[in-house]
Amino acid sequence: MRVRVNPIDCTAHGLCAELLPEWISLDEWGYPAIDDQPLPAQLVRNARRAAAACPTLALRLERE
Amino acid sequence: MRLLTDAGPSLAAHQACHGQLRLANRQAIIDEVDHSGLLGRGGAGFPTARKMRTVAAGSKPVVLGNGCEGEPASGKDHRLLSSHPHLVLDGLQAAAHAVGATEAHLALHRGSAALPLVRKALAERRDVVQVTVHEVPPRYVSSEESALVNLVNTGEARPTFTPPRPFEQGIRRRPTLINNVETLAHLGLIVRHGADWFRSVGDPEEPGTQLITVSGTVVEVPTGTTLKALLGKLSGLQAVLVGGYFGTWVSAAQAHDLTLTHRDLRAAGGALGAGIVVGLPEASCGLLETARVAAYLASENAHQCGPCFNGLPAIASAVKALALGPWDDATMSDLDRWLNVVPGRGACRHPDGAVRFVWSALSVFAEDVARHRAGQPCAGIQAPPVLPLPRPTSGGWR
Repeated sequence: MRVRVNPIDCTAHGLCAELLPEWISLDEWGYPAIDDQPLPAQLVRNARRAAAACPTLALRLERE
Repeated sequence: MRLLTDAGPSLAAHQACHGQLRLANRQAIIDEVDHSGLLGRGGAGFPTARKMRTVAAGSKPVVLGNGCEGEPASGKDHRLLSSHPHLVLDGLQAAAHAVGATEAHLALHRGSAALPLVRKALAERRDVVQVTVHEVPPRYVSSEESALVNLVNTGEARPTFTPPRPFEQGIRRRPTLINNVETLAHLGLIVRHGADWFRSVGDPEEPGTQLITVSGTVVEVPTGTTLKALLGKLSGLQAVLVGGYFGTWVSAAQAHDLTLTHRDLRAAGGALGAGIVVGLPEASCGLLETARVAAYLASENAHQCGPCFNGLPAIASAVKALALGPWDDATMSDLDRWLNVVPGRGACRHPDGAVRFVWSALSVFAEDVARHRAGQPCAGIQAPPVLPLPRPTSGGWR
C-alpha cells in the first residue's frame, strides 16, 4: 500500500498530518508532503482513518 | 533534409515530393515503427511504437496530434505545420489507421498563424478518418497531454490528476494516442520508406533526424549531432540552454562534446525536451535570465495544486532577489528548501520542470551567485533579454 494525495483536490485542511504524523508532514503552506515508500503494515489502520477523514477525499490508499 | 524539404505546402507539391500515402495493414505499420526506433519528439522521448501498441490493444481508440508548442523558445511545430502540413496529416492518418481509431484530433494554440494553413490543407484532402481541429488557450501547461484530453472532454485546458494516463483512458474515456506533430511527420515518412531507411541516419539508439530550434531558427539535423556542431562555435557563449524551460543550463565547457540525445542529456542531468537550444552570450546575466523565466513559469501555473501555486512564485521571487537584490542569507536557505519541497507534488510535471531549470542555473552560474551575494555589480543585468517570453495571457483556460 502507498498513500497518495490528489493535489488538485487537496485544499490543505491538514487533518491527514494529524491522523498520520508518522507518514505525512505539512509544508509551510499547509499541504501534505507524503512519504512515497510502501506503507508499513502497522500504519495501514491509521492511514485508512486519515483517508476517510479527508474533507475533500483527496487522500487515498493505493494498492501496488 | 527529410521533413524540411523544398516542397510547398499544397497537397500537389507534397505528393510530387513524397508520393501518395499508401497504408499497409495495422500490425505491419506498428512493427515497422517499432523497428525504426522512432522516439516521440514532444519532449519525453518515449518509444512511439510502444505507445501505439498499448492504445491499439484498447477499445475504440482515439488519436490526437499535438501541435501546441507550449515552449516559448521552440518554433519547430509551427514551422512544420505551416510549411509541410500534409506530412503531419499523413502521419495522423497513419497513426489512426495503425491503432484502429475512427476519430482524430489536432491541437494548436489559439491564434496560431498555422491554423488557417492547417485548415486549408485539411480541406484539400479526402481522408478516411475525420480530423477535428482544436484551438487551445496559449498557456504553458495547456499542451500537456492530460490538459489536452481535459480540453476535448470538458472545454478546460488544465492538467488532470493521473493515472489514468491518456493512453489508458483519455478522450471520452477511450485510450488516446497523443503524438507531437513532428513525431507524426516522421511517421508519415516511415510508412512510405520503411524502418531501415529511417535508421540510416542519426544516433543508432535514437535514430533519424530531428528538428532543433536554435535561438529561434529551426534546423533539421541527424540525431546525435553535437551542440558544438550545431552552434558552429561556442566562443562568446558562457552557457547554453538545452531543452527549453523544463530543460537545463549547460556550461559552455560542458556543452563542447555533448550530443543532442536523450541519453547524453539525461546523463548530464538535463533533458533534450522538444529540441530547444539557446546560447547565452558572455555579456548576459544567467541569473537574471533564469529569474525572468522562473517568474513566467510561476505565472503559468494552473492554480490547482498547492505546492505549485505557492512554491513557484516563492521560488521565482527568491531567484529575482538573487539576480537583482536585495539579498540576505535567509533567501538562500528559503530557496534551497523550496527547491527540495516542491518537486513531485503537482498533478503534472510543471513544478518539477521549473525546479530543474532553477537548480541547473544555481549550479552552472555558481560563480555569479557568489558574486551577486557578495554585492559585486553585475554588468549583465543591463544586457537585453535572450530567452523569449510570450506576452502575458488573459488567464483563461477555455
